[in-house]
Amino acid sequence: MRRVPASDEKAPPAKAKPPARTEAESATVLYDVPGPRARRRNLLWTVLFLAALAAVAWWVIAGLDAKNQLEAAKWEPFVTDGRVWETYLLPALKNTVIAAGLAMVLALPLGALLGIARLSDHRAVRAVAGTVVEFFRAIPVLILMLFANAAYAEFTDISPETRPLYAVVTGLVLYNASVLAEVVRAGILALPAGQTDAAKAIGMRKGQTMAYVLLPQSVTAMLPALVSQLVVIVKDTALGGAMLGFAELLASVRPMSANYGANTIACFTVVAVLFVLLNLALTTFASRLERRLRRGKRSTGAVVGAEAVDDLATPGPGERPPP
Amino acid sequence: MFDFLEGYDLLGAFWVTVQLTFWSALGSLVWGTLLAAMRVGPVPLMRAFGTAYVTVVRNIPLTVIIVFTSLGLFQTLGISLGADRFTTINFRLAVLGLTAYTSAFVCEALRSGINTVPLGQVEAARAIGLSFPQILRIIVLPQAFRSVVGPLTNVLIALTKNTTVAAAIGVAEAALLMREMIENEAQLILVSAVFAFGFICLTLPTGLLLGRLAKKVAVKR
Repeated sequence: MRRVPASDEKAPPAKAKPPARTEAESATVLYDVPGPRARRRNLLWTVLFLAALAAVAWWVIAGLDAKNQLEAAKWEPFVTDGRVWETYLLPALKNTVIAAGLAMVLALPLGALLGIARLSDHRAVRAVAGTVVEFFRAIPVLILMLFANAAYAEFTDISPETRPLYAVVTGLVLYNASVLAEVVRAGILALPAGQTDAAKAIGMRKGQTMAYVLLPQSVTAMLPALVSQLVVIVKDTALGGAMLGFAELLASVRPMSANYGANTIACFTVVAVLFVLLNLALTTFASRLERRLRRGKRSTGAVVGAEAVDDLATPGPGERPPP
Repeated sequence: MFDFLEGYDLLGAFWVTVQLTFWSALGSLVWGTLLAAMRVGPVPLMRAFGTAYVTVVRNIPLTVIIVFTSLGLFQTLGISLGADRFTTINFRLAVLGLTAYTSAFVCEALRSGINTVPLGQVEAARAIGLSFPQILRIIVLPQAFRSVVGPLTNVLIALTKNTTVAAAIGVAEAALLMREMIENEAQLILVSAVFAFGFICLTLPTGLLLGRLAKKVAVKR
């Protein structure tokens, strides 16, 4: 196990941030408690901003109305007609969830393998894993999906109906495995060095230390980051709908609006709301998990926070300086 | 070996990618800063608006936003952003969509930077009677920007990769050319390798250079 000495231990990005102020705290820090004049000024700003918002809203509504997008007939089906949901939205949502779930399930072990390989004692193993991870993090997912789609068409006999799903999942797995590799690495490095020392002291081998001591603890530490990576995966499935003909939520907009009287705006609104609800559920779950883990007394208190994912998703120097 | 490249404007496609990245980065830096200012400001309504915007936009796939700019804004509502040729319209729509999406991430990065500015700085500023806009402009944002060069670099790299989504509405950038070349040429692996290399050339140096800059300008505390 390659462990950095405790003194200059690279904490994961989330941990290295200075103690985060809560929303209420940072709000009161930047300005005084409003007195009478400040309250009047704030009221003025509120009114001005409200006027601006109203102007924008009026412009949008007038624009929509001019193109007959506000007719009740265009919005009604989503409430009154169960067939919209049965024929278009629910199967599409199912495909989105299947692709995202499959990608996560496949990317996780691959990512764990790559992450552990990047911490190996052998330089060759580290170099290979590092190259793979940096390569796939540097390339857009869409490029990977397009490649996978063409490769499946050329080298395998997967039927054209299921090929988009395969291509989408392959692209997502390649990209997310390398992001998760960084999450795993950060999770393992976040554990106190004493864990490795203690394992060594009782005579565990490197593999045993990893399998019985470090990995189990880092999994709990990584959970919030893993869940919020799921949000990224869910969002990226939409690429398959737009570019590969994968029948997910975004792809359901065209046939749906064609069948229900060109209600493009209504369809987009419903699809966007579905995506937001799905992802909000995931992020809420992730942050609740994170809070619980940070509070917990039984763990080592090492947590790779949900927001760390944003930093780990992009290529760059291997040892990231703490922000 | 590379004769399959003939007849394709590879550099032109990557140039469009760079242009998309540049204009969207500029736009989202401005709009993201405004959003961050709203989110930390004293006006409750603006705070609520900033929070709602970031929450909603961050949870919608970029692809949905980009396709909406074309299908919804342009084809349904007839908003063409002052352009009259299809290529220009799509380019501007893509920049609009990318800006709307990326600024939510810029806002969050900036806000975390604002949180790193020590309390004493703002307290001192308030003590000498600076108003909220003054505090933000003179004291807080300059320090916040210096400490978020690293996170903003990550946002920029993600934006560079995200510009490929513009292919969904037919902007002639790298991913669209790749799809065309895959269809027409036999050398799948080579074509893909060329495009992968192109993106590595765009993202890796950005990360390295700006990463070094981040270390240099970060406020030592």
